[in-house]
Amino acid sequence: MRSSRFDATVLTLGFAFLYIPIIILVVYSFNASKLVTVWGGFSLQWYKTMWSNQGLMDAAWVTARVGIISATIGTVLGTLAALSLVRFVRFPGRTLFSGMIYAPLVMPEVITGLSMLLLFVAVGIDRGFWTVIIAHTTFTMCYVAIVVQSRLLTFDRSLEEAALDLGCPPVRTFFKITLPLIFPAVIAGWMLAFTLSLDDLVIASFTTGPGATTLPIKIYSQVRLGVTPEINAICTILIGLVTIGVIIASISTKRTEMRRIRDEHAALRGTT
Amino acid sequence: MAKSLGPVKRKFSPWTDPSAVPFIRFENITKRFGDFTAVDNLTLDIYEREFFSLLGPSGCGKTTLMRMLAGFEEPTEGRILLQGKDISGVPPYRRPTNMMFQSYALFPHMTVEKNIAFGLEQDNLPKGEIATRVEEMLKLVKLERFAKRKPNQLSGGQRQRVALARSLAKRPKVLLLDEPLGALDKKLREETQFELMDIQTELGLTFLIVTHDQEEAMTVSDRIAVMDKGIIMQVATPAEIYEAPNSRYVADFIGDINILEGTIAATASALGAPGAVRIDCDGIAVSVEQECQAVKGDKVAFAIRPEKVRISPDQPADTSANAVYGEVWDIGYLGDFSVFLVKLADGRIVRAAQANVSRLVDRPITFGDMVWLTWPVDAGLVLTR
Repeated sequence: MRSSRFDATVLTLGFAFLYIPIIILVVYSFNASKLVTVWGGFSLQWYKTMWSNQGLMDAAWVTARVGIISATIGTVLGTLAALSLVRFVRFPGRTLFSGMIYAPLVMPEVITGLSMLLLFVAVGIDRGFWTVIIAHTTFTMCYVAIVVQSRLLTFDRSLEEAALDLGCPPVRTFFKITLPLIFPAVIAGWMLAFTLSLDDLVIASFTTGPGATTLPIKIYSQVRLGVTPEINAICTILIGLVTIGVIIASISTKRTEMRRIRDEHAALRGTT
Repeated sequence: MAKSLGPVKRKFSPWTDPSAVPFIRFENITKRFGDFTAVDNLTLDIYEREFFSLLGPSGCGKTTLMRMLAGFEEPTEGRILLQGKDISGVPPYRRPTNMMFQSYALFPHMTVEKNIAFGLEQDNLPKGEIATRVEEMLKLVKLERFAKRKPNQLSGGQRQRVALARSLAKRPKVLLLDEPLGALDKKLREETQFELMDIQTELGLTFLIVTHDQEEAMTVSDRIAVMDKGIIMQVATPAEIYEAPNSRYVADFIGDINILEGTIAATASALGAPGAVRIDCDGIAVSVEQECQAVKGDKVAFAIRPEKVRISPDQPADTSANAVYGEVWDIGYLGDFSVFLVKLADGRIVRAAQANVSRLVDRPITFGDMVWLTWPVDAGLVLTR
């Protein structure tokens, strides 16, 4: 079984390549030494000093607010875009519009950031907290639109027709039938948007202004002055949060799936 | 004195009464989707309390016609009247019709109870009344024990019942059923057909059913409209459709039939007998007793159902009867019936069906036997279309 040994090696190397840098980062966040590359024993001191680093904490708070607000607006707009793309099958310029929704996905972030900056300058908006939110909303809504669109494509239209037929007007039908059924996709879109916003350095640095430093910008600028283990600590916390999020999401999907299978078995047996 | 035979089933036939006002009227309805004409200048009357079927192959426009009545499609031309009122432009949520969908379209995030209550809640009925009506409906479809279940916790047959209960809960003036039994297996389908009929009679509603299953249409309907390519070929009772189809299409679509092409050799006036026609089907002379507009020389078809053809090894004594001679080519044993495919001298095949009344395993007529097929003058019919 040489091929299987080969497979195992490739797999190990691949995972090592992906995870060793992260492991090193996490391990050194517990380093007692101030030097990032020298192990000086286990310590939690960097987590403590991190909390008292006002600049870092402010940046974290800005990032959280930007993420939540832009993800929420992006989700609403993205869902509406997906609905109009899937539902109003023939409107003039539909092909162009649906192509354009993908463009920000492949557009280099530098270009998106720069064009946003030029727009804000041209319109004369002072850059700061809200310009970052506008910029993040624009690029995250495309991702939401794509996630929701793929769910809507498999949505059984007769469910909506049934609601209309039973006397429910279109808007109420959307809130009572369509939205609850596509809600998992909407939530997934929101989480994706939030993560993307959390993660973004390039677009934020183009569109931000004084007093609205996001965490990635803060980390990047501190690294230029020399990496302190505080950065390792806050990155470890971020990794922890993302990991927990992913685990919760996958467990809940698995549970729903298992419940569905169990229900179907019960139905097939015809038990009461 | 004639003895009473007990209550006689009332003969329901408002369509024969010229003074009866149609409940639903499709008036010169045309529906086009781009270049495709789904429904072509169609006019149809449906009466109150009727169980009416739209029957036809897929793509014949039957579903489009129903969806126009429900309000999901607007006719390109023509108008639809419900109780004499034009309902064009009335959105589906304001029409007094309810539909049972082919896919059932049960709301997966609601329990059975909530699904049935959905339509009633839209009318803002008091809570207590909704609860009573839901209970009533659950009882009607015998699903009381399943009220708290979600649709995906039900079997196909149970889902079908929930869909029926939900569409009946609002007591619509017309219930539309789109291939309602298509997803059920044969046994369950037959049971459900009879239940549907019972429910329809009990509630006194008008049912419009769309189906491609001719047996289903025959079983449940008061009248059937056979459709093809957006037009109605024939509207009649199941018995009339079967015994007196008006065209080759209807004859062929419903049940099994022998069709022999031919020309009119002589009509009533020439034969001196009222309503008699003689047809020459490429060398086979057939006499039919039928009022017929065709004149001598017209191209027509002679059609006869296999079960009306008698098969016998002996030449018939009565020489006036219609008779053909041929070889048994194939036999289909269906349990209750056997179908004999008899090949005539010129290669044409005529089918004859015989009920298997005795339990003889060895048939008196078998492959390769030379047989006579006979039928009386009133068994077959002349088709001019």
